[in-house]
Amino acid sequence: MSSASEESGAREAHRKITVSDLTMAYGDSVVIQDLNFSVNEREIFIIMGGSGSGKSTLLRHLIGLQEPARGTILYQGTSSGLWEMAPPERERLLRRFGVLYQGGALWSSMTLAENVALPLQEYAIADAEEISELSSLKLALVGLAGFEDYYPSEISGGMTKRAGLARAMALDPDIFFFDEPSAGLDPITSRRLDDLILDLRDSLGATIVVVTHELASIFTIGDNSVLLDGESKTAIASGNPKQLLAESSDPRVHAFLTRSRETGRG
Amino acid sequence: MIGQEVAEDGTSGVQRVNLEYARRPDGTLHVALGGEWKLGGGLPAPQGVLEEIARPPHPQRVMLETSVLAGWDSGLLTFLLAVVSRCTELGVEVDRHGLPEGVKQLLALATAVPARHARRRATPKPFLARVGDAAIGWRNGWRDTLAFIGEAFVSLLGLLTGKARFRRSDLLRALQDCGAQSLGIVALINLLVGIILAFVGAIELRNFGAQIYVAHLVGIGMLRDIAPIMTGIIVTGRTGASFTAELATMEANQEIDALKTLGIPPMDFLVLPRLLALSLMMPLLCLYADLVGITGGLVVSASMLGISPVQYLEETKRAVGLNHLFLGLFMSFVFGVLVALTGCMRGIRSGRSASAVGEATTSAVVTGIVNIVVATAIITVISYVLGI
Repeated sequence: MSSASEESGAREAHRKITVSDLTMAYGDSVVIQDLNFSVNEREIFIIMGGSGSGKSTLLRHLIGLQEPARGTILYQGTSSGLWEMAPPERERLLRRFGVLYQGGALWSSMTLAENVALPLQEYAIADAEEISELSSLKLALVGLAGFEDYYPSEISGGMTKRAGLARAMALDPDIFFFDEPSAGLDPITSRRLDDLILDLRDSLGATIVVVTHELASIFTIGDNSVLLDGESKTAIASGNPKQLLAESSDPRVHAFLTRSRETGRG
Repeated sequence: MIGQEVAEDGTSGVQRVNLEYARRPDGTLHVALGGEWKLGGGLPAPQGVLEEIARPPHPQRVMLETSVLAGWDSGLLTFLLAVVSRCTELGVEVDRHGLPEGVKQLLALATAVPARHARRRATPKPFLARVGDAAIGWRNGWRDTLAFIGEAFVSLLGLLTGKARFRRSDLLRALQDCGAQSLGIVALINLLVGIILAFVGAIELRNFGAQIYVAHLVGIGMLRDIAPIMTGIIVTGRTGASFTAELATMEANQEIDALKTLGIPPMDFLVLPRLLALSLMMPLLCLYADLVGITGGLVVSASMLGISPVQYLEETKRAVGLNHLFLGLFMSFVFGVLVALTGCMRGIRSGRSASAVGEATTSAVVTGIVNIVVATAIITVISYVLGI
């Protein structure tokens, strides 16, 4: 946890998301407590951890679907958390988020183009013709040009993920959240998705938060990370994944990053 | 040869977006984009530039220049994509060096995979073809229904020979859900229907001084037809729809596939307990509805017509026979079977999307109610012929 805090002073202004003393709970059962980390501008930040360690719960907190039990989550340019904001301010902030859900979460009754167009229509930032051009552009960006009139049930799993990504990009967000982007994809498709994520970060200059436990992805795309542990209910490491692998002395961190069976928990 | 478009910000009058294009003597079309090129600010349409590119003789190359660009988002990309794809069509070279790095990358991404031009939603089919499709769909639907009924019957035979596999707890849960938990709504509706029936009857019969026959009207009406039909319709909307939604969601989550791969027939495991529960509970609900309906009639007679409760019950006893009661109970049993089968069939045969679950549920309720009415008509005719 130390490397992040050393750099943090200098990078204060470039922090996109700052999580302080966050405790997440469902009712009385605490999932993760006293979590501290920050996500810097233009970096790909990985939230990693074993199944049931609270990765997805943390993501739900970051995108405002769930209220923190304690602690705060601050975003660049805001002085209060999502739950303390006035509704218009909250809406403005949420518009800056692009979220790719685990299963794609495409609306099944709409075509791909309609899926991408809906956020644009809702916020009425363009006229009908522009919206149709924009949704074609977003689909083209993820390699789905020409699939505008397909329904989600008619495309493959990898394409569903990419279409979900196109929808996440609809409003030109500056923070992306990806929930298990490569889950259920073959190695090649998942590698392509990783490349796409890197391309998007480089070209859009966006900040990307990725929840994943796929080691290949973690090392390919991750600039910075936090490793959650379900047992101790907190983060047990943070920093660049490659550095963590090379430098961390914690056997649990090593076990996770090398898929070894020795967990160090005895 | 020179075009210029400026979009102004309506509120401040500040020049926001600037587009200039001009041909150079060496055959290069120079396109300069400037200002805050973002959506929602009235961006210039690419038509002017596109026409300039298409105007013969075509420019040798198109140079994109953004040195005075203040900011950009997807609005700039759609513009550039239109220009680039027109140039590609006409074989005109595009010089992208003047574009910001991010824009260059995104353009490359957007044009990396060629568009699939085989769009699926082709021309609509001719009328006869659609009629044919509908007829074939209808025939397949019937075949499917018959197959389902057949499978359910086989499964029922399996139950009699002790081969059917389902969990007792599922049956108990279904019994509780169809029976005890429906009592409230069944009581409410049938009480009101009993009251309405008695009320309408009382007004007419009073003209002839035949108020006492309200007991006949309510008793026979409720027992033979109205209680089973009302209960059937309530159960269709309440329980049949829930069967469909539950099974359709299970289908969507591949839970039914999981049963199949374990060698457990979904018909035994899912349909049978529901079918049993509903066909057992419907007659009981109907009996309860009969009592509540007669109570409704009694309340109206006692309060409006001055007939004492004892008198009313005596008259009811004289009017209705066991044949009326059993006919009604038999009908409700039939309704139970029909509603359970339609509900389960629509659920199991549903598609896998959210809208398919909705469609399946709608269809289950509509088919369920139609089945009830048609079955009533058939049973009424048969009982008339048999003199019941």
